Amino acid sequence: MSFDVDTVRADFPAMSLTAHGKPLVFLDSAASAQKPRQVLDAMRTFYETSYANVHRGLYELSERATTAYEESREKVRRFINAADSKEIVFTSGATDSINTVAFSWGAQHLSAGDEVILSQAEHHSNIVPWQLLRERKGFTIKVVPVSDRGEFDFAAYERMLSDKTKLVAVMHVSNVLGSVFPVKAITAAAHKAGAAVLIDGCQGATHLPVDMQDIGCDFYAFSGHKLYGPTGIGVLYGRAAVLEKTNPFRGGGDMIRSVSFEKSEWADIPARFEAGTPPIVQAVGLGHAVDYVSKIGMSAVAGRERELCAALQDGVLSVGGFRVIGTAPDKAGVVSFVSDFAHPQDIAMILDQEGICVRTGHHCAQPLHERFGISVSVRASLGVYNTLEDIEKLVAALHKVKRFFA
Amino acid sequence: MDFSELVDNFSFLDGWEDRYAYLIELGKALPAMDDADKTPENKVDGCMSQVWLTMRRDGDRLFFRGESDAFIVRGLIAVLQIILSGKTFDEIVAEDVEADFNRLGLDAHLSPTRRNGFFSMVARVKAEASRLRETL
Repeated sequence: MSFDVDTVRADFPAMSLTAHGKPLVFLDSAASAQKPRQVLDAMRTFYETSYANVHRGLYELSERATTAYEESREKVRRFINAADSKEIVFTSGATDSINTVAFSWGAQHLSAGDEVILSQAEHHSNIVPWQLLRERKGFTIKVVPVSDRGEFDFAAYERMLSDKTKLVAVMHVSNVLGSVFPVKAITAAAHKAGAAVLIDGCQGATHLPVDMQDIGCDFYAFSGHKLYGPTGIGVLYGRAAVLEKTNPFRGGGDMIRSVSFEKSEWADIPARFEAGTPPIVQAVGLGHAVDYVSKIGMSAVAGRERELCAALQDGVLSVGGFRVIGTAPDKAGVVSFVSDFAHPQDIAMILDQEGICVRTGHHCAQPLHERFGISVSVRASLGVYNTLEDIEKLVAALHKVKRFFA
Repeated sequence: MDFSELVDNFSFLDGWEDRYAYLIELGKALPAMDDADKTPENKVDGCMSQVWLTMRRDGDRLFFRGESDAFIVRGLIAVLQIILSGKTFDEIVAEDVEADFNRLGLDAHLSPTRRNGFFSMVARVKAEASRLRETL
């Protein structure tokens, strides 16, 4: 399966931009992806023709807005094959999704003596919320190591699981290493031990077909803006059986059944977790982004990106003097590297002059960088619009970096 | 080297590649800072590379030295030292560093959004000069 990348590129206005007088080569989609015209147009049209607050008015315009908002929920449900659209909670982003799990489900179920298992590769967004909650609840955090190639150490994980384990919270795809973690097997093992499972799917839902019923996890979090949708919208999938028994942690409008000064009753899911006016237009935009990638087909996206990712890694290594961090056989979407002769910032500044956008830094994964004995790295990441030509330009620019510094 | 020499040298350079090559050369020539000086207090906030800055007062003049683990930032530090280090507090406070960098075609690096720690370094030197001026 494949798709016509020229047609895709033509959908993204940012693909015709230039930087420093050169055609833009955008290799930073793991941080945030560019947006197709279809998403941008849909949001503008929605503002112009269907905008009102949702779930509140009885007038036609409000009903139109509510319908569009709820249609997006159904689109997301289909996209990740959740069993029911009430399992889809709209949040402000994956960070918000994870914090929501921590301070609703986590605050309810975790206490001293319990253990939460994370992996060494986690993004700070799946570390810090648990540390904040740990301060209040006093549970223990255990960390599954990753191998030198950047693979999830399943044997170590299995040894860590016990009847004390209450939650396993790991990423689907590493935003630094690109490694695809075996989330289905991780989930099965956790459930066998009686623990709940949260998957950080930021780089999963964007690069791979995902199926909630197949993975079987209790929670799955991802962001709209990395999936060609707008910023300010994210998704928290929660298995209905779990979500229904979970208390809210944010109070406000739309999340209640009844309120009196003595006692309030919560609304059903998912409204229970969507206090206040939600990011309505962003949710609609996300629905259109989901339509867009679904039309291409996530299997086709994953297949093409797998080839490009391999070419990207081979290309970086072919220059000489660059070391790739994370060389697992199963990788998706990102290649991070460091060099013997230049600091990542030097590399990024030269690439910038060539119109090439990459990310430099610790990519919000300081513990992982430390594990590999580095403090920062350069990361090139892929989206549906990237081509072999982009990779060739990057490789040519890395040769230039080498001439500058080596 | 003084600033006018530096301006001359940059004026012979054509295009970003030559300018960067020269900047990297200046960076490589920047003397290394003693590890003992690389303390948390001397570290300048910057997201990507590490930047350190030490300052020394001599009468009404402020001398400073900087270092970074990134070559291009080292080059920028070398340029800043040529422009500012050893000047009087008044001169440092009054110096239009942005205009100087503009003359060298390096002004983009002074933007606070560049996150290279360099903007904070200039701010810290200026703040120190301003503080010391009050002690005179």
